[in-house]
Amino acid sequence: MKQRSYLAIEGVTVEFATKTGPFRALDHIDLSIEKGQFVSLIGHSGCGKSTLLNAVAGLNKPTRGVIFLDGEVVDAPGPDRAVVFQDHSLLPWLTVAENVALAVGKTAQGKSKAEQRDWVMHTLDLVQMGHAATKRPGEISGGMKQRVGIARAIAMNPRVLLMDEPFGALDALTRAALQDVVMDLQSQLQNTVLMITHDVDEAVLLSDRVVMMTNGPSARIGQDRTVDLARPRNRLTVMDLPDYGAARSDVIRFLHEFHRNPSLAA
Amino acid sequence: MAQMTVEIAENAPPLPESPPTLEQRGVLVEYPKSAIARRLLPPGKAPSALHERLNRIAGAILPTAIMLTVLLVVWQLACGHESSALPGPLKVWQESHDVIMHPLKGVTLDGSGLHITEEGDVGIAGHILRSLGRVLIGYSLSAVAGVMLGMLIGTNIYAYRALDPLFQVLRTVPPLAWLPISLAIFQDARPSAIFLIFITAIWPIILNTAAGVQNIPASYRNVARVLALNPLEYFFRIVLPACVPHIFTGLRIGVGMSWLAIVAAEMVQGGTGIGFFIWDSYNSSLLSDTIVALLWIGMVGFSLDRIVAAVGRLVART
Repeated sequence: MKQRSYLAIEGVTVEFATKTGPFRALDHIDLSIEKGQFVSLIGHSGCGKSTLLNAVAGLNKPTRGVIFLDGEVVDAPGPDRAVVFQDHSLLPWLTVAENVALAVGKTAQGKSKAEQRDWVMHTLDLVQMGHAATKRPGEISGGMKQRVGIARAIAMNPRVLLMDEPFGALDALTRAALQDVVMDLQSQLQNTVLMITHDVDEAVLLSDRVVMMTNGPSARIGQDRTVDLARPRNRLTVMDLPDYGAARSDVIRFLHEFHRNPSLAA
Repeated sequence: MAQMTVEIAENAPPLPESPPTLEQRGVLVEYPKSAIARRLLPPGKAPSALHERLNRIAGAILPTAIMLTVLLVVWQLACGHESSALPGPLKVWQESHDVIMHPLKGVTLDGSGLHITEEGDVGIAGHILRSLGRVLIGYSLSAVAGVMLGMLIGTNIYAYRALDPLFQVLRTVPPLAWLPISLAIFQDARPSAIFLIFITAIWPIILNTAAGVQNIPASYRNVARVLALNPLEYFFRIVLPACVPHIFTGLRIGVGMSWLAIVAAEMVQGGTGIGFFIWDSYNSSLLSDTIVALLWIGMVGFSLDRIVAAVGRLVART
């Protein structure tokens, strides 16, 4: 039998009960992600990207199929699969440091209080938010909140980092800055990442692989495109590389062709 | 681009060799003398900070002051004549002079605490303090029980379905209607009075707490699930802090309700308290005393509301 990948999504179908009978969001998804790989999921709104990510997170259960992480079956949410939520979901009554500390406290069993505090400050420094440790989420900007959201996720030392449109609510400049933060973190930590995005450039710039999904209901994987660009990538120089352009046009072509004629999708 | 510039330059009229004369530039407008004179004056003094502050305070207070004056004048005009059933403000001032000016009669404060005399005449503040004592007990009980019951029906759907209809019906029962039942249950005036306050104040506390629990954003629940918080941690780290604003809305309505119940409560437990004072003055046909007592009740109720709101803001910040 073939060696199973680090994160293996095998034949996952997700159906939701509705008043008019079951609604099939995902139809038999197979996806294998190797350790340290950065994979983007891209597709039109409502195509079930979030459903797939939530299934990996364990927040919703597949109707059929299994998800393996490092050989173990995923059946409940847990801190080994940290999620960066689109709306950052920071708890407004806790300070920035306390929000991260809440995650650390759950994952750093056996570490002393001082070690935990150092780890919180270290992760905040990684996203350049050490200066705002004592601020509350209501006192910082949207981009800063999402930096803290990322810090909270990586502070858990997750086996997979799941990002659900992490920059969807940010303006273009803030978004670019956050993308650089994520690339920087990736080069240091070599996380396995599954990220949902709507943004073609973001997908190509950040990912090792872009997985394109067909429109729901019964969404499937339409194309799976490897992005072979050397790292570290610089957003200004990478734009002129032929490989970048080719990957970008492939994704755009998929999204637009498919939008016009769904039967084209494999 | 360069060619375009050349074309424009060729079509343009030749540059004049000297600056245009006054006639060439057109009509000259005379600057008004008054405006020139005004500019020569020294700059006016800017309003001082104190002046601005006084202005702001006056703006905040004057409308209320004017309204109060108008109200008093209308009241006096309407009730000032001899045949009026209700005393006018001047008559209230004359008849209840003693009540208004000596509210602390019979109340002493010393090292061992606050004492209100058991025998003889007690000033209106003494009655208010007695009532506040009762409300404090009844309201504290309803706050504790209300938040706990609210948490229960907010977190457990079956408890909600079982209890919510009951609460919805009972919360509309007015305090006076509980009086006979309360007396029958407790057979004693003191606990009955406190029960009346308790049962009046508890409903908004329960229902608002429950609404707070039910309205916890799904994203907070997801965070708790990803962090794998256990039920106790979930309750103390997420549910309780997320509900603080709702709980305090309930507590604020509740404190108002408990104060509303005080007159009913003190019909049971006579002898002291502002509710008793009102009944007593009514029975003695001292309407002007009743009016003074009404004002006291209103001002104390208003203060209670503000105190709970301030505590809520304080808790929400920490």
